Amino acid sequence: MATNINFSLNKGELAAIIGVNGIGKSTLLRTLGKVQPKLSGNILLNSTPLEKLTSLALATEISVVLTEPIASKNLTVMELVSLGRQPYTNWIGTLSDQDKTKIKSALNLVELTSLQYKKCYELSDGQLQKVMIARALAQDTPVILMDEPTSHLDLYHKVQILKLLQDIAHKTQKTILFTTHEIEIAIQLCDKMLILEKGKSAFGEPCDLIRNKNFENLFPSDTITFDGKTGAFRVNK
Amino acid sequence: MPQSKTYRIYFLLLLVVLLACFLVNISLGSVAIPFKEVVNAILGKVTERESWAYIIWDYRVPKALTAILVGSGLALSGLLMQTLFRNPLAGPFVLGISSGASLGAAILIMGASLFSGLFSFGLVNDISLALASSIGSFVVLLAVMVVASRVKDTMALLIIGLMFGSLTSALVSVLSYFTTAEKLQQYIYWSFGSLGNLSWQQLLLLAIITAVGLVISILCIKPLNSLLLGEHYARSMGVNIKRSRYAIILATGLLAGGATAFAGPIAFIGLAVPHLTRQIFNTTDHRILLPAVMVYGAILMLICDTIAQWPSSASVLPINAITSIIGAPVVIWLLVRKRKMVF
Repeated sequence: MATNINFSLNKGELAAIIGVNGIGKSTLLRTLGKVQPKLSGNILLNSTPLEKLTSLALATEISVVLTEPIASKNLTVMELVSLGRQPYTNWIGTLSDQDKTKIKSALNLVELTSLQYKKCYELSDGQLQKVMIARALAQDTPVILMDEPTSHLDLYHKVQILKLLQDIAHKTQKTILFTTHEIEIAIQLCDKMLILEKGKSAFGEPCDLIRNKNFENLFPSDTITFDGKTGAFRVNK
Repeated sequence: MPQSKTYRIYFLLLLVVLLACFLVNISLGSVAIPFKEVVNAILGKVTERESWAYIIWDYRVPKALTAILVGSGLALSGLLMQTLFRNPLAGPFVLGISSGASLGAAILIMGASLFSGLFSFGLVNDISLALASSIGSFVVLLAVMVVASRVKDTMALLIIGLMFGSLTSALVSVLSYFTTAEKLQQYIYWSFGSLGNLSWQQLLLLAIITAVGLVISILCIKPLNSLLLGEHYARSMGVNIKRSRYAIILATGLLAGGATAFAGPIAFIGLAVPHLTRQIFNTTDHRILLPAVMVYGAILMLICDTIAQWPSSASVLPINAITSIIGAPVVIWLLVRKRKMVF
């Protein structure tokens, strides 16, 4: 397990958490999103401790995309994305015109408009993942946390989604933090990266991390080595 | 939106069906009364025979209203359970709520002979029976809740609910073994379920309990909708999970406990009506589902009761058997036809 993790993100930054299986990427992300209670340490959002915020206030600040399957797949894409507007709707959940606009633009961004009346059980895993991302976008929060948002997507759609996230972060000044195993894509697209390793962690811009050789020891070097010039991993034969 | 318009037509149609079922239900019974006279009696006009108005107002109308309250209450509690536990198999019966009510009733009816020091005789009347079964269902519900807060896996929770159910049944068996034949008979009659025998006062009490349960459920519509994504997502969308969970459990306890208390344990309605409704309405939005399951539950209960009183025969079949005989094949047929349990 990674310990002594210390980092901060600014507005408009796209950042990735990387590390080997079981190091605590998801745990860290879920703790940051208050999905699970923290073990120790401090989490500040605009210099306010996270635990001081009510769940409703938090819902307008942080949205999440989790790896767990959704309970009901009988929802339509539209209904699911609409649920992202819940923090803003009245007691029974009536959508205002502004809510509908946000939902439409979220669907547009991830190119799901043509699927909006489909039921979730009719979608592929990759499509469903895009729906969950759209839901988080519809929630329209300054911070978005995503746990492996591209795990079910093919290479093209992985890049497409991550580029979209980069675009959203830069244009709308949102802070987007996600966990991923796509280290090579992340190096090319992210503003900041957090590398979790046993007992230590490194945080910074991808170029600096490469320069400091932080990627070299990520995996056992007799199997995989990192090439700092190309920013790619190589399998040792 | 065009969608909401079609829903409105559906609801209008359903209400007409409900009214029709209500009229058919009260116009049939062991005493044959012409339909025109039934309408006359309802409208408060003079009927051909005085006894007809009496039969209609003091027997058939309360029974039909009980059917509506019990049917809609059980159906709604089933919907709440299924969404809260995110499990299509959940329902007042599966989670042991009804068994809890049975235990409460059994202790009151049959336990009196065992613990004669604690219970004074003559305590068993309809009000105390209702109270005992409500307490019974709440106790089991709370026990399931306590376990639920420790167990994260909903499948395990469901099995725990079943275990609670069989545990309470076992306790009832022990009680029945030691009790007198007369008390046992009284208990068995209660367990058959019965919609009749409710006075207007008791009906009022049931209506109040159901109304409170309904109001709590309506206030929970938004959390219920977000729970469709799971508790973690619901929390991330600003839902106070703990409070919502207790509110939903409380509403279920009132609705299912109240219905079971006054009408006995009635199988099938709570589990099946939400599924039937989802199949027909094809939505998961609780703003639509909540009223829909209530109307469906009421209609189904009225139909079952109409069959139970077996038109123009003197005997009344146990309602609990009828709901299962009618309902189970319907659900099986629906699932086979659609090949998928949409939840």
